[in-house]
Amino acid sequence: MGTSGTATVEPRHLAAASGRRGRGRLSSWLTTVDHKRIGIMYGATALFFFLTGGLEALLIRTQLARPENDFLSADVYNQIFTMHGTTMIFLVAMPLGVAFFNYLIPLQIGARDVAFPRLNALSYWIYLFGGLFLNASFLFGAAPNGGWFGYAPLTGQQYSPGPNIDFWAIGLQILGVSSILGGINFITTITNLRAPGMKLMRMPLFTWMTFVTSFLLITALPVFAVGLILLSFDRFFGATFFVTAAGGDAVLWQHLFWLFGHPEVYILVLPAFGIISEIVPTFSRKPLFGYAIMVYSGILIGLISWGVWAHHMFTTGLGPIANSFFAVSSMIIAIPTGIKIFNWLATMWGGSIRFTTAMLFAIGMIAMFTIGGVSGMMHAVAPSDLQQHDTYFVVAHFHYVIFGGVFLALFGGIYYWFPKVTGRFMDETLGKWNFWLLFIGGTMTFFPMHFAGLLGMPRRVFTYAAELNLGTINLIETIGAFLQAVAVLVFAWNLLRSWRHGRPAGENPWGAYTLEWATTSPPPAYNFGRIPEVHSREPLRDTPESVRALATAPAAPDLHMPGPSHWPLFTAIGIVLAPALLMTGLWWPPLIGLAWIAVGVLNWAYEPAH
Amino acid sequence: MSAPTRRAPALTLAAILCVAALAGCAGEYPQTTFRPVTDFGIRLNDVLAHAFWWMLGILALVEILLIYVTVRFRERPGREAPRQVYGHGALEVVWTLIPAVIVTAIAIPTVRTIFDVNAPPPADALVVDVIGHQWWWEFRYPQYDIVTANELHLPVGRPIHLRLSSADVVHSFWVPQLGGKRDTNPITVAAREDGDGVNHLMFTIFEPGAYSGQCAEYCGSSHALMRMRVVAQPAEEFEGWVRDMKTPVTPPPGSLAARGKEIFMRSACMACHTIEGTNARGVVGPNLTGLGARWAIGAGLLENTPENLATWIRDPQRVKPGALMPGTEARPGGLPPTGLSDDEVEAVVAYLESLGTPSSMSATDSVPPSSQGN
Repeated sequence: MGTSGTATVEPRHLAAASGRRGRGRLSSWLTTVDHKRIGIMYGATALFFFLTGGLEALLIRTQLARPENDFLSADVYNQIFTMHGTTMIFLVAMPLGVAFFNYLIPLQIGARDVAFPRLNALSYWIYLFGGLFLNASFLFGAAPNGGWFGYAPLTGQQYSPGPNIDFWAIGLQILGVSSILGGINFITTITNLRAPGMKLMRMPLFTWMTFVTSFLLITALPVFAVGLILLSFDRFFGATFFVTAAGGDAVLWQHLFWLFGHPEVYILVLPAFGIISEIVPTFSRKPLFGYAIMVYSGILIGLISWGVWAHHMFTTGLGPIANSFFAVSSMIIAIPTGIKIFNWLATMWGGSIRFTTAMLFAIGMIAMFTIGGVSGMMHAVAPSDLQQHDTYFVVAHFHYVIFGGVFLALFGGIYYWFPKVTGRFMDETLGKWNFWLLFIGGTMTFFPMHFAGLLGMPRRVFTYAAELNLGTINLIETIGAFLQAVAVLVFAWNLLRSWRHGRPAGENPWGAYTLEWATTSPPPAYNFGRIPEVHSREPLRDTPESVRALATAPAAPDLHMPGPSHWPLFTAIGIVLAPALLMTGLWWPPLIGLAWIAVGVLNWAYEPAH
Repeated sequence: MSAPTRRAPALTLAAILCVAALAGCAGEYPQTTFRPVTDFGIRLNDVLAHAFWWMLGILALVEILLIYVTVRFRERPGREAPRQVYGHGALEVVWTLIPAVIVTAIAIPTVRTIFDVNAPPPADALVVDVIGHQWWWEFRYPQYDIVTANELHLPVGRPIHLRLSSADVVHSFWVPQLGGKRDTNPITVAAREDGDGVNHLMFTIFEPGAYSGQCAEYCGSSHALMRMRVVAQPAEEFEGWVRDMKTPVTPPPGSLAARGKEIFMRSACMACHTIEGTNARGVVGPNLTGLGARWAIGAGLLENTPENLATWIRDPQRVKPGALMPGTEARPGGLPPTGLSDDEVEAVVAYLESLGTPSSMSATDSVPPSSQGN
């Protein structure tokens, strides 16, 4: 495709690039290729979907607050729990991580933008439209209802004849395109656009984790794409990959899904590790303990994550040899993960810890993620997983990992980098309310789930028998969920208010040492007046004056930045339209989408460089 | 084996977890995993208990260290700048090696247990084919030529071999007190006969009782309502149940039940259900032989009373959304109704409740559904 070169090469003039001049404000957002604005749009969109996914969580918890409740019907509940999982993973946790990639990577490595700015915009628009498409299913009363894991053959035409699963299969296929494009973009950016002197082993930990995650994105998502293509062929064209009677294999889907699904867990967690590895040193006033081993353990986690998928399938009946292999490989991944936790503790040891909201979230993340890691080891003991699998014990485990590990880190990251994005602080008092309500609410919701599961509560049930005697535990969980909802409202209020009225922050309010803190807050469209040369992992510690002087210098008159383009937006519409029109059941409407894509790509390729 | 001593670690584990559970551990939990009544269940809890102590130790270490550093190293006025330490090779090796040792200590019993619980069953084991359906359980006893549904009768003290598969989507057979769950994967009838793709669970029950279970793999609309009950009986009681199941019940001529049988045999009912000793040979729905003696109807949903059975026959969709059974009246988009009048339903109920003899009633009466088998 015609993304013609890198940010610094594309010959466009600065004035056009800043995007605020000569065009309406809205249209400047629609056509922007600035990684910072795209990062903000990613973040805003992910937080919007976070509210929808959170609302779904409240509906789930309300239904389960007492046994044999009839607040939601079975069919509605099954749609809600499917959409809660699908939304939180694909529309919130992943893209919120990508929002951080977008905003921070060029700033951390000393680049003016990502390698393919228009491709970056395309990723965003595909994500937005894919997310809206998935949620449009609610308008038809036919939201996906096969679980986020979509096990065949339940998701096949025979057992799910409605459009529900079509929305799911197509929506996730679309979102996968966005993720793969993003992965390509960040691998290229980190490989090619680092500032002079920024060797690989001088990159900030967050950049490193983004780098590893990007490789997981471009390798794991295609596996899922294959599974979805097979499923879509079954559903739309009468293929029989997963149809038992025709010799299809239900377990094949499980392999394809989890072969993607487990690296996916690390796609979510590694950026969180990166964020924690930036926050903890800054507020401990100490450098990160054991930088090299933190990098290697991240790479190792990424590699091993490819060899553990069948620990989601211990009850499938793969036999003792397979179960033993995956039990041991899953245990081995605990070693590099443990290293990270101990190195964070060692970073704090002997430090001078400032309890900012960001640091509270980081400490809370370490506390909760460790619980999730420990229960993960209990799952890896395959025989005992035969009891825990598909119960609320697992729900507890992965919420400790994804809520405790990923979301707390992402919240911490927002508090930490908000001053860079806006030039203003978020309110610290509200921030502390935000943290404690979320931490206590989360513990109330997710800790008792361990016991609910071991006492016999399966997952994905819209109701449970009163005789199981699990009403009290579930009620506590529900109260915790509403406490979390209050915390999210506090956060939303804090975010919106601080955006305009927060206390001014300056360039480097936390006294951090990585490159993004050298430039102004918010940074100019071109990030750095002149790209500083880097001599260490902590450029703002070793040569702060010269780095800052270069970064905030006036832009060179011959500096060129990529200009705005509306072809990414245009092309994204086609990429959503083509598969979505399959749902008409007619052969020709998808061709409209394909033609639309062709027009977009051609114009993109021949877009004049002005 | 000496069950009580081998249960000790599992019970300790249960005690610890229960103390930590704070609320709600006072009552009885019919689906608890902490009180296994099989050798299989005890093996699982033993290996869990082993890992649990290591994990608790690591968790405590990390959380205590975390609290310690946040208290001890908090910023205080007048304190000098912290020493800038970039790492410590020996320390990092230590906290790589120690977890590696712990992982090994957990991995060895794990792998041993995996192979042990998958060992082939002895030749005298009672074989039951468990077949998952949306949303009910079929149990076939090939050695006795018996088929039943939703209520699994098993003898105590004899090795059991469950052969699991599904007729439609993936389900998972889980009766927590019997031990771990195993998926029932969809396979063709031919594959089931060859044993190809069939899953296995092997265990011996050592305590009579009634044990609750339910499907553990999401299987569509009424997944939450796909429940079952295992009745573990002493060998002679089990043999009695087998005899009852093989003895056809014929309602006395002229009785309401006899009229019900006649209605059953001329309506849609017989197309889907089998009742041994009659012309009803349908295989789509659960086998109803001996229904009157079962503790519940609708796969563990409703207590087996004439009123509940009538409710179920009139409108199964209200009880179990998505069930493939037609009601007496048409529903939009539903199956063709049976069209039975209230009188006819009453007669059919009388007939079905008559299927089940006093001796088998006593077998289940001795272990009411609320019992935990102790």
